[in-house]
Amino acid sequence: MKIPLSWIREFADVPEEISLAEIELAFVNVGFEIESIEVQGADLEGPLTVARVESIEELTGNKKPIRFVGLDCGEDSARFVICGATNFAVGDLVVAALPGAVLPGNFAISARETYGRTSNGMICSARELGISDEHSGIIVLPADCAKVGADAIALLEINDVIIDAAVNPDRGYALSIRGLARELAASLGVKFDDPALKVDLSKFDKNKAGIQIEVEDPSALSVVYIRTISEFNPGAPTPLWMSRRIEKSGMRSISLAVDITNYVMLELGQPLHAFDGSKIDTLLTIRRAGQTKKIKTLDNQERNLDPEDLLVADKSTALALAGVMGGSSSEVTQSTSTIALEAARFDPITIAKGSRRHKLSSEASRRLERGVDPSLAEISSGRAIALMIELGGATYVGTSTFGEPEFAPILSFDPNFVARYLGIQVSLSEVEEKLRVVGCEVVRETDTNWEISPPTWRADLLLAPDLVEEVARMIGYERIPSTLPTGKKGAALSAMQYRKRGVANFLADNGFSEVYNYPFVNPNFVAELGFVGDRAKSFRIANPMSEEFPDLRTHLLPGLLLTAVRNQGRGAKDIAIFEIGTVFRNTEKLEIQKVVGTDRVPDVETRRGIYASVPNQPLHVGAVVAGKLGSDSWNGKAEEFTWVESIGFARMIIESTGNLATVISSDFAPWHPGRCAEFQVNGRAVAHAGELHPRVISALGLPERSCAFVVVLGALDFPASVKSPSLVTMPAAIQDISLVVDESIAAATVETALKAGAGDLLESITLFDRYDKLGEGKVSLAFTLVFRAADRTLTAEEVSQYRESAAAAALKECGATVRV
Amino acid sequence: MSLTVADVSSATRSALDAIVMAKDLAQLKLVKIEHLGDKSNLSKASQALGKIAPEQKAQFGKVVGAAKAEVTAAFDARLVVLESERDAKVLAEERVDVTLPATKMPKGGLHPLTILTNEISDLFIGLGYRVAEGPELEAEWLNFDALNIPADHPARTMQDTFFIEPLESRLVLRTHTSPVQIRTMLEDQPPIYVICPGRTYRADELDATHTPVFSQVEGLVIDRGITMADLKGTLDYFAQSIFGPDVKTRLRPSFFPFTEPSAEVDFFFNGRWIEWGGCGMVNPKVLEVCGIDTSEFSGFAFGMGLERTLMVRHGITDMHDIVEGDIRFTRSFGVGGR
Repeated sequence: MKIPLSWIREFADVPEEISLAEIELAFVNVGFEIESIEVQGADLEGPLTVARVESIEELTGNKKPIRFVGLDCGEDSARFVICGATNFAVGDLVVAALPGAVLPGNFAISARETYGRTSNGMICSARELGISDEHSGIIVLPADCAKVGADAIALLEINDVIIDAAVNPDRGYALSIRGLARELAASLGVKFDDPALKVDLSKFDKNKAGIQIEVEDPSALSVVYIRTISEFNPGAPTPLWMSRRIEKSGMRSISLAVDITNYVMLELGQPLHAFDGSKIDTLLTIRRAGQTKKIKTLDNQERNLDPEDLLVADKSTALALAGVMGGSSSEVTQSTSTIALEAARFDPITIAKGSRRHKLSSEASRRLERGVDPSLAEISSGRAIALMIELGGATYVGTSTFGEPEFAPILSFDPNFVARYLGIQVSLSEVEEKLRVVGCEVVRETDTNWEISPPTWRADLLLAPDLVEEVARMIGYERIPSTLPTGKKGAALSAMQYRKRGVANFLADNGFSEVYNYPFVNPNFVAELGFVGDRAKSFRIANPMSEEFPDLRTHLLPGLLLTAVRNQGRGAKDIAIFEIGTVFRNTEKLEIQKVVGTDRVPDVETRRGIYASVPNQPLHVGAVVAGKLGSDSWNGKAEEFTWVESIGFARMIIESTGNLATVISSDFAPWHPGRCAEFQVNGRAVAHAGELHPRVISALGLPERSCAFVVVLGALDFPASVKSPSLVTMPAAIQDISLVVDESIAAATVETALKAGAGDLLESITLFDRYDKLGEGKVSLAFTLVFRAADRTLTAEEVSQYRESAAAAALKECGATVRV
Repeated sequence: MSLTVADVSSATRSALDAIVMAKDLAQLKLVKIEHLGDKSNLSKASQALGKIAPEQKAQFGKVVGAAKAEVTAAFDARLVVLESERDAKVLAEERVDVTLPATKMPKGGLHPLTILTNEISDLFIGLGYRVAEGPELEAEWLNFDALNIPADHPARTMQDTFFIEPLESRLVLRTHTSPVQIRTMLEDQPPIYVICPGRTYRADELDATHTPVFSQVEGLVIDRGITMADLKGTLDYFAQSIFGPDVKTRLRPSFFPFTEPSAEVDFFFNGRWIEWGGCGMVNPKVLEVCGIDTSEFSGFAFGMGLERTLMVRHGITDMHDIVEGDIRFTRSFGVGGR
């Protein structure tokens, strides 16, 4: 909220010599961030003079209207200036900058020749003076507000400091001069005069005359006041002191009646609405819209009403979207003389919902949805009609009310709790003093039990910690010491957290760069990659950032592939990237969350229901390699990264978790249908690896033979500790065997058969050669078999027997013949 | 043929000369054959010993033995010299340009978000905290209601929160990692010391300082006698570990529905105060809905954005660099860089 310091000073004894930095800090210390501080008039130098327009000569023949204006500046003779504005007439009071003046932007005024005349100064707009953005015309001052020749800088109170303070949502009362002056005074430890206490209500008895109010839905408000005045002079101008304060607070001066409602709202924090008494019935009703379909609001918008919208209405017409914005049918105009002024303490939630439904955040709704001091409905409406009487010559007619203000209840409070909760040393008298500073009444029953009455504007002070915060704010958070609690024994990463870290380190160490992709995907792209079935069942975001990416990812590859493409587009040649992240598959039947209150602890069944409404979100690691892991260099080419390495990395990740996987051939999008390995642990697929589908590669423009692998980290068990083998030290006997098999037989199958046939003394088996140029659909596979016995040196005859038995098994299982 | 003492001494002299003259190991090898080999004069002198008269034998034998010993010693000495000359030459010839780059070797890296998460996790594990994680797609009740953010709260509008279709599913992309705190409090008994790192979502457009998908780390402590001073001390320790031992923090009063008192925490870095995150004493309403006895336990919580922390610490000026997966960005952090 923007506040002029001069207005704050009216109620808070802010020392004259204080610096702006100190003021800012004082606000920050009690919880108000300062968005900006503007020193108005700092870059403005006079003379700036009140002048009366004596004569206007329209100069013709120019592209735009130009006037040569004679001004009475209180000097011996008239002063003539050129002016491009036309919003003034002879007799008007205007603001003239005389030669020697300097306007904001270092704009020096001097006598100059222009449009064939001598211009001896300038008539100023508000923007030229740096006091508002208004530049549609020059400033026309209210008639008789000052004498010609008077200093306009003083008259317009230009020299001021405008502070923009951010107000947290729990402090609705601080959206007012009253609230912020109180906070600043409390923070600085200076005197504060509450403007609400200065309002004299004695003349405005609730005599029930004038426009009457009734309330159909009492849940929508606690109290409302309607005060009626008549004989208001619609032509009465807004005095400069008022319009200037309104402008400095970031609003516009409109007309006296409207300005008064805004002025009082800014000062006290209570939104007010003025109805033209001649355009409404004598009975106003506050009710839900129900069957009423439409209202035209003051911003000239025809709005469709929701049945829940709260209205101020008369018998025939919806007059206002209550607490949000008035309607145009009962708007105060240039001819309004009877006014019904509404001030209500509406239910904040009702206002917040209405404001949101209509995407309409007004000065009124912003205050009401944060909660307004309930005592202000009476006080502020009284203050406003007093001003209407004083400035607009109005006559008081009467007041109609409904409801009573509701305040926060009295709290029993143990003041020692402050020190216990904050961990500081603080005396009881200081606690009392600080509670009083924020407006609480304190009754010290005993030293451990105080009765605290929160102030009328603090409906949020309900629990002991709320009071602790107030005391802490006022003594300053910097007084809280610094102590370090230590937690529980046995803190450590979980097994999954270790696994995640290990896999990331392994891939990074081996040349992969980690990325974090948004989990938002385009369903068409996912379909083009070939994802179908459960692997394509996604969750859709109701309000995505972009309609292009509305779905949550079911797999890491769509994101990784697009990131690889982006890197390639930026000139990277060899791209190896990986991501560890969760995926979201809409494949489970989820429970629908019941509406659960927060007034009690949810029981076990309720909690189970909440958890069961959330899908399982497994952790995957995925990688894409487009190009090589290393780069070609002066000392030779880097090794190609092929389907072999891709499958190898997947296997190493699985084995690093202590799991052993079997591998089978798979046809799985978006991989190459003949070059995709599926890894299985205990019969479950846990990983896919290999070369990407050529169609996918070419569609994305990636290098040929680009590869990918994905391991479902969450699907891998956590095996018990490794059991160390007993190392045999007898000599090993090595046998090579070369087999010819049909090329459709997987090498892994041959290996399994050899292992089974070789017997228990086989220590290891390694494929050391593969030759596929035999023709006739045959390949040759050459294995090294290492045999070792724990208790003896194996003889040549014995191992060649094992070799033959292995070959026999391979023949039987795979039709493999020994190559000679 | 018989050899005289004079012959032996002449052979010795010429052998010694030849050894000195040998320029390299190959020449020395030839010298050895010529002067110490089977057909050398010295060898012939030895062989001749058997044929001379016994009374001369002892004397001549001594002369020949001494001569052979002298020549062998000279040879050995020369061999050492020539070998070390050869070694020096070979090593000089094998000299390479060690500044040549080893780019053929792959170079990868961890994303700095991972590095920072690991660092923070280790830091708090050292303080006795557990690292708690939870789902990113989360139940509204856990993300909002249980945190004292009622249904009409502005944070729950579509402008701020991603909702999942159909809306009846009441699933949201979590807007903070606080639902992990709620899950922890609902299922664990205090004392509770956890930090919750993870991905979070808010409907902000990506620009230089915002991203709709970001990372947070939150901390939660529930124990007997926990005070706001404990919160401040923990944040001091955290900030100094991440930004340097001299870093100062300050708390400013603020508002969050789930804490009371609430504060913003700033740290002083490179000459200015920088907003880091929010914190406060856990609101009793939140503790109570999680079944924690507020007459016995109190607690604090804090939360900060990891991207913002990285940006400040590493001078990253554009959020795009963090989210776009450019390998140049990741590689600059290397495998363990901080």
